[in-house]
Amino acid sequence: MAEFRLPKNSTYKKGKIWAAEKGATNIKRFNIYRWNEDDGENPRIDTYEVDLDKCGPMVLDALIKIKNEIDPTLTFRRSCREGVCGSCAMNIGGKNTLACTIDIAAYKGDVNIYPLPHLDVVKDLVPDLTNFYAQYASIKPWMQTQTPTPSGTERLQSTEDREKLDGLYECVLCACCSTSCPSYWWNSDKYLGPAVLLQAYRWLVDSRDENTGERLDDLEDPFRLYRCHTIMNCTNTCPKGLNPAKAIGEIKKMMIERQG
Amino acid sequence: MSLRSPLGKVRGLGSAKNGTHHWWMQKVTAVALIPLTIWFVSSIVQMTQADYEIVINWMNSPVVAILMTLFIITGIYHLKLGLQVIVEDYIHSEGSKMALQMMITFGCVAIAITAIFSILKIAL
Repeated sequence: MAEFRLPKNSTYKKGKIWAAEKGATNIKRFNIYRWNEDDGENPRIDTYEVDLDKCGPMVLDALIKIKNEIDPTLTFRRSCREGVCGSCAMNIGGKNTLACTIDIAAYKGDVNIYPLPHLDVVKDLVPDLTNFYAQYASIKPWMQTQTPTPSGTERLQSTEDREKLDGLYECVLCACCSTSCPSYWWNSDKYLGPAVLLQAYRWLVDSRDENTGERLDDLEDPFRLYRCHTIMNCTNTCPKGLNPAKAIGEIKKMMIERQG
Repeated sequence: MSLRSPLGKVRGLGSAKNGTHHWWMQKVTAVALIPLTIWFVSSIVQMTQADYEIVINWMNSPVVAILMTLFIITGIYHLKLGLQVIVEDYIHSEGSKMALQMMITFGCVAIAITAIFSILKIAL
């Protein structure tokens, strides 16, 4: 049965409140999910008061400030701080997004920060993406051809064909979309999810790829592809403004098209 | 515990090589149900005050009987496809999944046959 309630060991309680330093006037409270495997405790929500006058504008700036100056045990992934690496994907204010590209000012009141939904948590805001990456590997995200590699030249692509990859190649595999999808919550063992299907479509429409049929064969499955019920949380949440739901729709159209 | 690799788990039993037919039939029946449902609902609404005779006479007409049969077949087929998806989505134990899918199929066929038999009994 799908799980609609948190398991007993996942229900969370109130944690510590880290008060702002004296004299701070522009205070914002960040309620952050904390959990680690070692202490055997249930998750807790710690509250950190951050002086925004001494903090950068983005949510990631606040997280880094908390880690550097308030509580060094807070754990999260981050790298590029400009929305191209996808590391700092998390659930902020109830919506999956990248902490580095979202303005603190976008949130009225407290900022609630949780790890990406419905994944195992490694620690604090770090989810286990093993299955997600394995799913990405399973669609063979590289060019597959029958024609031998041309000597001394690239495999050419017309400008129009290259344009078909726009809106697809920008995906940074942050997993915001997949972990916002209820179908993915219930069936992530078999359903590939919006991120991986968008990547699958990126190779299906690449004019240089010659294994389109084999790729469609691998996707034609009640779960791998057809668990998508066009809920469209994926498109709604994508921090890069992409449209995975449309890419999935295009794959379904290709399935129909090849039947004649 | 399993030491199977993550990729091995994801590749699993491989692609079932179907799903398109189910998805397409759900779309086709949905499109067919737009006019059929409008016709059915508006007819029933018009007859809310009608007595037994009027309804039987109405159902006696070949056009009505044919439309009614189409509505039942399309609607129940659409229902069966939809219920099947709900079970696939939420029920993860193989045993209860199989049992529920069978009950859904039996139930839908029984409802459809009963309805069609009733229509024919009135119209023929």
